[in-house]
Amino acid sequence: MSAPLHGPAMAGLRAEPRDTLPLDQLPARQWAIVHDVPMPHAGLGRAVAIRLMELGFVPGERVCIVRQGPGQGGPLAVRVGHTTFALRRHEAAYIQVMPARA
Amino acid sequence: MTEAITAILPERIALLGNPNCGKTALFNLLTGSRQKVANYAGVTVERKEGTLHTAEGRHVTVLDLPGAYSLNALSGDEAVTREVITGQRDTLPELLVCVADATNLRLHLRLVLEARALGLPMVVVLNKMDRVKKLGLTIDRAALERELGVPVVGAVSVQAHGARELQAFLDRPLAPHRPPTWKNATAETVRATQYEAHRIFKLAVQEPAVDADPSAKIDRAIMHPVWGFVILAIVLFATFMAVFSLGDVLNGYIEDAFGWLAGLVETHMADGLLRGLLVEGIIGGIGGVIVFLPQILILFLFILALEDSGYLPRAAFLLDQPMSKAGLSGRSFIPLLSSFACAIPGIMATRTISDPRDRLATILIAPLMACSARIPVYTLIIAALFPGEPLAAALTMVGLYALGVVCAMAVAWVMKRGHRSRSTLLMELPSYQWPDLRSLAIGLWERAMIFLRRVGTIILALTIVMWALYTIPSPRAQTGASELENSLAGEIGHALQHVFAPIGFNAHISIALVPGMAAREVVVSALGTAYAMEGDEDQVGAQLEARIATGWSTATKLSLLIWMVFAPQCLSTFIIVRRETNSWKQMWLMGGYLFALAYLASLITYHMASWLTA
Repeated sequence: MSAPLHGPAMAGLRAEPRDTLPLDQLPARQWAIVHDVPMPHAGLGRAVAIRLMELGFVPGERVCIVRQGPGQGGPLAVRVGHTTFALRRHEAAYIQVMPARA
Repeated sequence: MTEAITAILPERIALLGNPNCGKTALFNLLTGSRQKVANYAGVTVERKEGTLHTAEGRHVTVLDLPGAYSLNALSGDEAVTREVITGQRDTLPELLVCVADATNLRLHLRLVLEARALGLPMVVVLNKMDRVKKLGLTIDRAALERELGVPVVGAVSVQAHGARELQAFLDRPLAPHRPPTWKNATAETVRATQYEAHRIFKLAVQEPAVDADPSAKIDRAIMHPVWGFVILAIVLFATFMAVFSLGDVLNGYIEDAFGWLAGLVETHMADGLLRGLLVEGIIGGIGGVIVFLPQILILFLFILALEDSGYLPRAAFLLDQPMSKAGLSGRSFIPLLSSFACAIPGIMATRTISDPRDRLATILIAPLMACSARIPVYTLIIAALFPGEPLAAALTMVGLYALGVVCAMAVAWVMKRGHRSRSTLLMELPSYQWPDLRSLAIGLWERAMIFLRRVGTIILALTIVMWALYTIPSPRAQTGASELENSLAGEIGHALQHVFAPIGFNAHISIALVPGMAAREVVVSALGTAYAMEGDEDQVGAQLEARIATGWSTATKLSLLIWMVFAPQCLSTFIIVRRETNSWKQMWLMGGYLFALAYLASLITYHMASWLTA
């Protein structure tokens, strides 16, 4: 891994909201900490947000885009915990992250 | 709690686990060939049940539940899993065996906690224990048992005695339990469960400083935006090369065996109706179909191995963007690849596509992927078209496959036009692993049995019917006409000529297409029967190619090839589309557009080719 590992994972819980950005805008190979997965009130969005949390995208968890899919707007391969998931950009946008400082 | 608990030993257990936890390999190890595959009532989710022997030799029924990330179901598969273990469907299992990948407890512990909350008697199986040491992990099993409050056993589902601990555990009496309770999750409960899983994970698992899993390194090549596609092209090329070259060799042996059998019957039986039925009907017909078993199995071997190794999700990742141009997502890749073997498992595999419009589009284009039943017809006609020209034959074959794919993408594009929804991908890219040989063998065995059952029932029956139609004289028989023209088959073929003559099909082809509706491969055996009846009675099978080569015009051969690319054939596909979409309308839509496409394309091909070769 190119990015060094930083501090306890739970540190992200006390982050300043102004530093956050949606996961799809995080530069590739930069580690970040999940800040929040805002919950839409109903519908498919809610189901997807719940599923993302169940897969490990909970506040405080370290994430990293390990690979961008080919082409403009291609999918993202996101590392969370010990698993890599393929997410489309609009799915990744549910997840608010705070980049880890280098 | 009272002490007077009657010792109840488990007799019905269910395997629950995340996708990629090695649950199916464990199920295969436990049950071997003692498996039964069916469907859950009213839904198209596969129900796999088997019998295992405990350490003391008792028989226990095992239900292999569909893999689920969570009981908050997103897919039909996950919904069935929840319904079974909450007692809303099927018989409630007496013991829940929750299988977790020991090398990915961070993800899998959450489902264990969710299942534990139901209150059923439960045991946790830490699978893939062999990889734990390799990856430098240490798991404190005592701490896990203490924190989870349920027994934990280890397993290696890819080793011969890898399930011993579980088998011994099943001879222990069950703890009493209350009826399972389940509540819909809220964001708060999901978060709380996840944090609890993390707490237990930190207590019980020690990770090495450096990740020893080679997956990330492998992905650097496999998922590379350029090399990834090169590798994918090589993998697909190798797969189809193996199907055709290796399959061809094996087919030769089967062909020889059937030829020998036909010869044996002919030398030992007096000429007559029964000998005709045996040689022309059954041996000629069945032999013509069964020779393609090796090709079907080789294709399935590659698909199963690629899926098990973790490669296919990566391929889907690479193809997500290109497929989004046609309005689909990478999720459609695996169902469409399976459709090259057979549209039925392919259409069933679309259940993993959560977006309904994407799923429908994938179902409707799946029949355009050249399924293995088309191989016999393609092979026969191409061989007749280019005798002694293997390169031209191979290129034509590739062209037919490509034509199907290109048209499928075009159809998907048209169908999804104006409905550009934001399809979901959300797909795990699991760690690479060597495919489990036992699971591969069982998977192939299942496919072989499905095919042979088809051959032994539908295809055998149709073959006999076709032979009879060719043998029984028509009531309007005329003197002077050939035996064939006077048969019932000749009558039917003549009637069908009104439809098919414009696209260059003769009476033999027209009538062969009728049983071809039940199973495409039968087109070959029906033609075999027709030409065997027509003259040289001692020539079956291999001679068909020669008869077609000289008997049909080039335009007719090309027209039939194009017809086979598009034509809606095989009733099983209609039935599965009706069942999967739960709609007659969609079924007729599929049939209608494919028929129109096939007729139009064949019409153009026939007239263009006739004009060019005139």
